[in-house]
Amino acid sequence: MAAIKITKENFEQEVLKSDVPVLIDFWASWCGPCKMLSPTVDEVANETDRFKVGKINVDEEGDLAVKYGVSAIPTLVVFKNGAEAGRSVGVIRKDQILDLVGA
Amino acid sequence: MTDVIIVGAGTAGLTAAIYARRAGRSVLLFESSAYGGQIINTPDIENYPGLAHVSGFDFATALYQQAADLGAELKYERVLSVKSLPDRKIVHTAEGDYEARAVILATGAKNRPLGLDREKELIGRGVSYCATCDGMFFRGRDVVVAGGGNTALEDAAFLANYCRRVYLVHRRDEFRGSKETAKKLAAMDNVEFVMNSRVTKILGDEKVEGVEVTDKNTGAVRAIAAAALFVAIGQMPDNEAFSDLVELSDGGYIEAGEDCRTKTAGIYTAGDCRTKTVRQLTTAAADGAVAALAASQEM
Repeated sequence: MAAIKITKENFEQEVLKSDVPVLIDFWASWCGPCKMLSPTVDEVANETDRFKVGKINVDEEGDLAVKYGVSAIPTLVVFKNGAEAGRSVGVIRKDQILDLVGA
Repeated sequence: MTDVIIVGAGTAGLTAAIYARRAGRSVLLFESSAYGGQIINTPDIENYPGLAHVSGFDFATALYQQAADLGAELKYERVLSVKSLPDRKIVHTAEGDYEARAVILATGAKNRPLGLDREKELIGRGVSYCATCDGMFFRGRDVVVAGGGNTALEDAAFLANYCRRVYLVHRRDEFRGSKETAKKLAAMDNVEFVMNSRVTKILGDEKVEGVEVTDKNTGAVRAIAAAALFVAIGQMPDNEAFSDLVELSDGGYIEAGEDCRTKTAGIYTAGDCRTKTVRQLTTAAADGAVAALAASQEM
């Protein structure tokens, strides 16, 4: 399943009310490390149906970044049953992402 | 058996891959996070010869593509040890063992932490090692920069553009970095120097809410309310896994001269992980070429 764009409009529906775990990638276009991580996140997204993958652009969705205490990017946050269940800051490998989601 | 195994896919490692492939050698690179190394954090590179202006991301991507197009293979596995036998080297990773005729250690360097309690768990929650990456999250807030070299001074100047107040905490009575930048900072209304002092504690539970600073002469302790602590006290190498194989300096760097040879035959080193005086993108690339050509000729 391709990664979906998350905004404040669809956050509740797609993330908090999701039946499956959701991996969120907080990123920005000016962030080099985010661009390094992004293809790996896409790869993970395309290879699984067991969890959902979303991307939040912190420049466009500053309120979501503040709400979830994101103050460095890239940050990956895992949501399960509407609550944060894991977090990682910085570029990590695919196997580390899968470990983080634990799904 | 692979001809050359390269540990680390930063600028030195990827350049070594290019040179070794062009010398006709098979090449396998190991990387534990992302290719590109430290340079991916740099928004603008302006001192690489022939490229007046390029982003760290674009540079790293182009370098990787060049190596990959030449046939270098990259595996995302952490190398745990390297063993040198008379006829081959055995590279042991988290996934398995690989054989090579020569090994180039290009492990780079990482940001040096202050070593404070909970520093690691608060990364991304106010503790940062990259002002240009994370500074914008603290627009209008008060922040602390720890360090006294050029990076610390430049970080403070960068942050002063966005943040309400920037405290620059340095353990000595003068900065190691550029006098020019220090003078510019001294003239800024929202920058305060906290000299002869160390950050001794991070305050806040869920996120950084301030730091405790101790004056090393008087012992006086002062709390500074701040939303972020930017640590800029330099780099450190990560070569412990190879301490049996190569000589390490007191600082943990791999002992080698400009020829990039270590004390063990067939083991070379390139880039920031090596003992050297200048650590720049160009010197990392230069090391990669030297190490790869030596490895290719001597096998």
